[in-house]
Amino acid sequence: MGNYKGKSMKRVEDPRFIQGKGRYVANLSIPGMVHVAIKRSPYAHATINSVDTAAAAALPGVVAVYTGSDFSNVGGLPCGFTPPGIKTPAHPVVAVSKVRHVGDPVAVVVAENAYIAHDAVDLIEVDYTPLPAIVDAKGAMDTGAPLVHDDVPDNCSFHWPLGDKDATAQAIASADHVVEMELINQRLIPNAMEPRACVAQWDSFMENMTVWTTSQNPHTIRLLLGAFTLQIPEHKLRVISPDVGGGFGSKIFHYAEEVIVPWVARAVNRPAKWVSTRSEASITDAHGRDHVTHAKLGLKKDGTITGLYVTTWANMGAYLSTFAPLIPTALYITLLSGLYKIPVIFGETYGTMTNTVPVDAYRGAGRPEASYVLERLLDIAAQDLKMDPVELRRKNLIPPNEFPYQTPVALQYDSGNYPALFDKIEQLADYKGMRKEQEKARKDGRLVGVGFSSCIEASGPAPSAVAVGLGAGIGLFESGVIRVHPTGKVTVLTGSHAHGQGHETTFAQIVADELGVPMEDVEIIHGDTERTPYGVGTYGSRSAAIGGSALVKSAEKIRHKLTLLAAHLLEADPADIVYDQNSGKVHVKGAPDRAKAFGELSFALTTADKLPPGMEAGLEETSFYDPANFTFPNSAHVAQVEIDRDTGEVTIQKYAAVDDVGKVINPLIVEGQIVGGIVQGVGQALWEHGVYDENGQLLTATMLDYAMPRADRFPTIQVDRNETPSPHNPLGVKGAGEMGTIAGTTTIVSAVMDALAPLGIRHLEMPLTAEKIHNAIKAATSNGGGN
Amino acid sequence: MKVSMTVNGKATERDVEPRMLLVHFLRDELGLTGANIGCDTTQCGSCTIHLNGTAVKSCTVLAVQADGTSITTIEGLAQNGNLHPMQQAFWDKHGLQCGFCTPGMIMAATKLAAGNPHLTDEEIRHGLEGNLCRCTGYENIVRAVKAGAQAMAGGD
Repeated sequence: MGNYKGKSMKRVEDPRFIQGKGRYVANLSIPGMVHVAIKRSPYAHATINSVDTAAAAALPGVVAVYTGSDFSNVGGLPCGFTPPGIKTPAHPVVAVSKVRHVGDPVAVVVAENAYIAHDAVDLIEVDYTPLPAIVDAKGAMDTGAPLVHDDVPDNCSFHWPLGDKDATAQAIASADHVVEMELINQRLIPNAMEPRACVAQWDSFMENMTVWTTSQNPHTIRLLLGAFTLQIPEHKLRVISPDVGGGFGSKIFHYAEEVIVPWVARAVNRPAKWVSTRSEASITDAHGRDHVTHAKLGLKKDGTITGLYVTTWANMGAYLSTFAPLIPTALYITLLSGLYKIPVIFGETYGTMTNTVPVDAYRGAGRPEASYVLERLLDIAAQDLKMDPVELRRKNLIPPNEFPYQTPVALQYDSGNYPALFDKIEQLADYKGMRKEQEKARKDGRLVGVGFSSCIEASGPAPSAVAVGLGAGIGLFESGVIRVHPTGKVTVLTGSHAHGQGHETTFAQIVADELGVPMEDVEIIHGDTERTPYGVGTYGSRSAAIGGSALVKSAEKIRHKLTLLAAHLLEADPADIVYDQNSGKVHVKGAPDRAKAFGELSFALTTADKLPPGMEAGLEETSFYDPANFTFPNSAHVAQVEIDRDTGEVTIQKYAAVDDVGKVINPLIVEGQIVGGIVQGVGQALWEHGVYDENGQLLTATMLDYAMPRADRFPTIQVDRNETPSPHNPLGVKGAGEMGTIAGTTTIVSAVMDALAPLGIRHLEMPLTAEKIHNAIKAATSNGGGN
Repeated sequence: MKVSMTVNGKATERDVEPRMLLVHFLRDELGLTGANIGCDTTQCGSCTIHLNGTAVKSCTVLAVQADGTSITTIEGLAQNGNLHPMQQAFWDKHGLQCGFCTPGMIMAATKLAAGNPHLTDEEIRHGLEGNLCRCTGYENIVRAVKAGAQAMAGGD
């Protein structure tokens, strides 16, 4: 029902962006504002002997200079996911005695403009004693490795096991064939195009603090500022995240600058602003991935999977970022079953501390790592067993009649039709045709590869009881308010937060359809803790499933109230009243003329003189929707690549994707999310890598050195859908934000390795750069390898 | 140092530090915050503007170097309240998500498309390799530029 859901409505937020009127934090200017710049550690690990700020303080235009000890009245940055037994080392906002990664804040300059602030940063003299550093996720636990925190022995913050260890070991031991391999899921730098920024204004009369910050979840930031770091009471704090220029996870977390800037604003009693440079972002924004994994997959001769055993060392960096331990545990191990029936699985993760930038959620967050492990194992199993990789996967798919499906690693999949998904992608990509083309190309001596991957995702985190039971510090519901004004115009307040996803459009489509009003009568408000009720924010592809469902619940309450009101005004039984969601007219069943328009009813609740007994005036409803389960988007993607034998350069010739993201509210937006995600995922497969040297220096701290995907490296991507609605939320949606990134990586790696297979090259670690492939080809051919 | 230039058709004069970047001049002195700053190594193109009719990255020009020039920023692209055809095409084709790279993309695209109504995908992709987008995967940007180029030539 309705006029908008399922339609590719053009985005209502676009006019401001295409005219340069985006309201990004860096664009904010307040009269009297001072500028903050931060002195950061050039060492990965060192003790601080002294900090000399005299020359900086003497520079004309400098307002103040602060060091770590000045921040003794603020709390350390907390970790919001703490499973039992975890060791959570202290994370000071500004380092006092020790620095633990390049980029750790050491001193803070406040000046009349940003140029002076940066000049003054260079005048601060810090005397360090450098210490040995450790950067490697697995090596951090080696005997004798430098200790990052004295109170975290062996640099191991946590060990998180899940599944039946003995039964899995037994299944692997008795398997006909075992694929065993080490895999590295390399460190990535999120690089949202908008660098982080923060502006704060202190009202010394009211003792209120307003903080504008580039966040995906302003209420969480307010909670952490109030209860842990800044310790200004929550009701005196307002956090606003206006337009945010992409996040991909990196803007979920509570960062030091969000404490420093309001602290400065209060200390100097002037508005204060800090804007990150890109180089600064590289050494301060939480990074993603960085796993070392040892995995074993057991199979029968016919390709049936009998068990999966996975051990992972996950790099946490120098401190535990806000949700860091959640990612390689409850969002990773639990996804190792993929789309397949695997009788037994055991997975375990060691979360290790190193002298690197903290690692936390990055688009996909744990789920791409899980899919990568499983899909690589399956590709190699197919090679070993001389089976087509699609056939091997088909053989192990969870049948459509077994949903809801309980995996051996805690999750219960809500819905899916995987064989249909496979049928669709094979047809869309012309998989068999691609294989024929490949056969011909191989005969001509060309290195053409066909890649396939089928991935699962747990989206829409999460049932609060499950999340908190696992170690989350907050519940993961979402809020939604529908406020109908006297004239029938509608303001919607949501706890979800858009940073590119188009909620102002999608949510307006939902509410307009639920109430039967024109979309242009509905405005979506988000990102301001003083305007919207407490909400959780946007990550984990949760906004439509949870934020959207909260709005459906509020709309149901509105319709219920209007139905009772119309019955009273029309002198009919409420059971005989029909709410027409196409027009917003509420009428007597079988008598469409005995009707009240939406605007008439909202106005009747304003005059409030003819209300039924007991009914309150006004028309505003609030819901807090807590999901019954995760949702489980799934996908099958195919790519064809060709590798230049001489240079190792990969050209993506074709890419096709079929995704099941449940019901689709706006196909234009969903396809945009999927294609954008695929390109980001391909970035990991082929180019992106946050590289540390053994001293803990980040070698890829600018966009010159960190290879972002560019327009000229991609063909047109074909996308299609295989819709199976989620049965447990009222919209039937699953979430579209991350699947592209999950599948994009595994599909392209699969294609490149398929191209190299005839040379006897079994596995290369990502990113599959031209240099790496070139060297591998050289080594393989000089060894007399190849067919 | 004194600099004067025409920005979006308006004569402007300011006294600036010799080291001030043009993008800071536009954003901080003139309040034209449409040109965004996404990097510090001239990679991302978010700050692209037109300087004497050429698309340039305004983070890599000093304000004093722009003395005496004529500049158009994203704010000056729409005329008399009508969107430029390239702006309209980005909206129509969903060529943006978070919007941060968009002003630079549109400014680069309008120059790429000028006099080229029938750009191929390859020409567009190659022409925009100096502008980074982390959200869209570029595909809808390519569609938008294609449509915008046709519309600019009056061929929509």
